[in-house]
Amino acid sequence: MEKKQYERPIIKSLNAGLMNKFGTRTEYAPMTHIDNVAVKDLIREFGSPLFVLSERKIRDNFKTAKRIFETRYPKVQFAWSYKTNYINAICNIFHQEGSWAEVVSRFEYEKALKNGVPGKKILFNGPDKTDDDLRTAIKNDSPIHIDHLDELYRLIELATELKTKPRVAIRVNMDTGVYPMWDRFGFNYENGQAWDAINKIMATDKLNLIGLHCHIGTYMLVPSAYGVAANKMADLALGVKKRYNKVISYIDMGGGFASKNTLKGSMQLGVDYVPEINQYAEAICSTLLNAGFDKDELPYLYLETGRALIDDAGFLLGSVISNKRLSDGRRATIMDFGVNILFTAFWYDHKVSPAQEFGMHTEDSVIYGPLCMNIDVVRENISLPPLKAGDQVVVHYVGAYNITQSMQFIALRPAVVLIDLSGKPHVIKQKESLKDVENNEVMPDYLKKIKL
Amino acid sequence: MKIKNNIALSDSGFLFNPSTGDSYSVNPIGQEIIRLFQEHKTMDDVVKLITKEYRIDKDTVEKDLYDFQNMLQSYKLSE
Repeated sequence: MEKKQYERPIIKSLNAGLMNKFGTRTEYAPMTHIDNVAVKDLIREFGSPLFVLSERKIRDNFKTAKRIFETRYPKVQFAWSYKTNYINAICNIFHQEGSWAEVVSRFEYEKALKNGVPGKKILFNGPDKTDDDLRTAIKNDSPIHIDHLDELYRLIELATELKTKPRVAIRVNMDTGVYPMWDRFGFNYENGQAWDAINKIMATDKLNLIGLHCHIGTYMLVPSAYGVAANKMADLALGVKKRYNKVISYIDMGGGFASKNTLKGSMQLGVDYVPEINQYAEAICSTLLNAGFDKDELPYLYLETGRALIDDAGFLLGSVISNKRLSDGRRATIMDFGVNILFTAFWYDHKVSPAQEFGMHTEDSVIYGPLCMNIDVVRENISLPPLKAGDQVVVHYVGAYNITQSMQFIALRPAVVLIDLSGKPHVIKQKESLKDVENNEVMPDYLKKIKL
Repeated sequence: MKIKNNIALSDSGFLFNPSTGDSYSVNPIGQEIIRLFQEHKTMDDVVKLITKEYRIDKDTVEKDLYDFQNMLQSYKLSE
């Protein structure tokens, strides 16, 4: 007689009617395949843990967002936010789709150039631009988004030195009615700083003010805030036209559209409360169209959407190292991935699915990572089926800000695989080796020998 | 392990403790193990029976049984 499938014995106390921080079991259907490729096969071939990205999902997300904005506004240009995920293969998918590059550091700037993005299609953001960075951006004719007065004054000096008129925008921060207000970047709209910067640029005549840029926050859940921001940006652009007879050629609304991830402390799942992209688009586009621009002077709308285009295209595959029981009776499951590679676990309750079939019974659990540190908690409260050592899981919504923020702390970072449109997996980043980690270390001669 | 005499376990895995009024849900293997304990089987007997019936090794069953017994004790379902 064939033996039956084993599942760990579990007993769970029933507390009908009471609030339960573990929630109901609604999201734990097994995920055995990603784009028709078996999770089991991916882990067998490329190891565990493993980041997997779906090219199909990325392209679908981009095409959908592009269509949503282009059906509402005639002049739209996306720029891929490198910091969201700057693996070159990923950047090039967005570039193939027509996205420019949006970078916030020299390192990212160089990546964009190496990927073949023309300098004039690289938007250079961020507060940290050295003289050398600015000179390079000026020579490449990249739009430079000025963050502070020191940068503005350096640019005026460099423009004089290089005998050229760099194309610039100023970053504007503003009150859009949401908390916290992001006022650390750029010049404030309400207190007149933005106008001070604009007046300085126009007065010197050394810089070519071509655009206005804002980025009102991250994971914004209120689409109407974008309407407020677009209104203030349009007011500035129209003001520049009125005061200096200068047409602002683009308004860059930045990024910040939320993905469907679930924020920690949220009572509902992200998929239930996160606005759709068309809600953001409606708020922005209708405001700009109704702002009063002349037909021929309607500014381009630039968008630096990152997270909302890639978070759900990324998966982290991992395996159970062990199970244990905590002193209060909760089940603890230790995985082979932790906050070192899943940095967003600090603010999201990631959806975690088993990669194999289980019965209907679940246990209230905590998911820990493998780091020998107390902070290494992937999920504080989660209902999971009875996983055993070696079982595999899929973590969802990890495409944004995890690979770029991953830490090399006591463990080597995993490989990253892209599943192409035909369902073929490609390694787009090799698993790290000890050699990679030690590459830049230097051992002084006197420390080379040890004797124990 | 001796399960308390008055513990009621249904075929659907609903377990009721009339002494406290507490109720629990138990998965199918858990039910089988509780029934074996109710039949006064020893830990070794249970391990043998489970490994014979299911695709699983002895060590895993033993580890899981220790944990399951602890949970039964902590819920005060055993004597």
